[in-house]
Amino acid sequence: MSIATVFEVVLATVVLGFGFWTTAVRKTYSAAVGFVAYGLLVALIWVRLDAVDVALTEAAISGGLGGVLLLGAAARLRDSETTAAEAPGNLTRACAAVLSVLIAAALAGAVWLLPEHAPTLAPRIVANAWATSLANPVTNVLMAFRAMDTMLEKVVLLLAIIGVWSLAPDTAWGGRPGPCHRADPNGVLAFLARLLPPVGIVVGIYVFWTGADHPGGAFQGGAILASMWLLAIMAGLADTPATSRRWLRCILIAGPGLFLAVGLGGLWFGSAFLAYPAAYAKPLILGIEVAMILTIAATLGLLLAGAPERSVK
Amino acid sequence: MTSGATVFGLCAAVAVGLGLYGLITNPQPLRKIIAFNVLGSGVFLLFGVVGRRGAAAGIGNDPVPQALVITGVVVAFAATALAIALLLRLFQKTGTTTLCSDVRPSACSDPSGD
Repeated sequence: MSIATVFEVVLATVVLGFGFWTTAVRKTYSAAVGFVAYGLLVALIWVRLDAVDVALTEAAISGGLGGVLLLGAAARLRDSETTAAEAPGNLTRACAAVLSVLIAAALAGAVWLLPEHAPTLAPRIVANAWATSLANPVTNVLMAFRAMDTMLEKVVLLLAIIGVWSLAPDTAWGGRPGPCHRADPNGVLAFLARLLPPVGIVVGIYVFWTGADHPGGAFQGGAILASMWLLAIMAGLADTPATSRRWLRCILIAGPGLFLAVGLGGLWFGSAFLAYPAAYAKPLILGIEVAMILTIAATLGLLLAGAPERSVK
Repeated sequence: MTSGATVFGLCAAVAVGLGLYGLITNPQPLRKIIAFNVLGSGVFLLFGVVGRRGAAAGIGNDPVPQALVITGVVVAFAATALAIALLLRLFQKTGTTTLCSDVRPSACSDPSGD
């Protein structure tokens, strides 16, 4: 067993340890903390799997923003902890354990018995990379070769935000999402919320810009921008915008709207839906990505802020 | 076949099992949401392990499953946010987060806490 394999075994064990703790610990808040640690360590596994783009996404969105979401919800639901005492019986637990072990064993067997020669699309992606003049193969897949997936995913984000906003009580319809945050103006949180955003915004834009040729992209950059925005909101330096604002809604539809327009343009001038003319491929993709990063940052931030709770007045 | 990818593949399989067990046995909805995310991350890791074996042409991991996982992580986050918003609204409305239909909200409506 080489040193590298030892590292991999230790990493996998620690990840599963956190996964087990997240499932078994009694308090929901502790489970949320465990999930954050789990998510960040899973990002390390992605680095070891040579998928740095996914590692960045996993750390920023799943571990980072997802962790904030779960911690916030766990804190607000803390009072309901004792009431939900309808724990399943031993028979249910045993059946669930048997089912889970069987499914885990089947998946493990499938991993173990994978065929010797794996199918791969990597050579075809390298061969066709000239068409977009982007050097990052993952961005190529996301923005060009499977652009349809990415566009529909923007629509899913939009649907999710519509779903969250529709949960507003009648009095707060179109109002500001989430509770009003008040922090000590001289405290550490307010200090960090003044110190970090200038750096974070530069890092977010860099991660987005470098995504054309190196690991990074609009999702990862957008998640960093969203977290800077949320930091300012949580420190009470800024407030969430009222959901009835027209400029906010324009930002939310900018990404999918421009994507769809370019796609239809491809149908009109080119050969197929979302077919970029080779001469303008890179400027078009960059334009879509600029609109997308704004939409992603706004959507992720607003998804975290939750349903409108305060009326505009 | 690289042994490192196999180790992570087994890890992903166990994560799916853990998530499934937590999803079934934890009575609290928020715990179910967390368990579902553990399950989902296990599925994503399986993609990564299979993609790692498709390393070719100087790329260490097949880019197509990578792109699918990036899309999947964002969609999973959006679904989690929607589920939590529903849960918080349920708590706001009834003072409890139970999924059990025969537990009366009045029996446990003490949102002021302990």
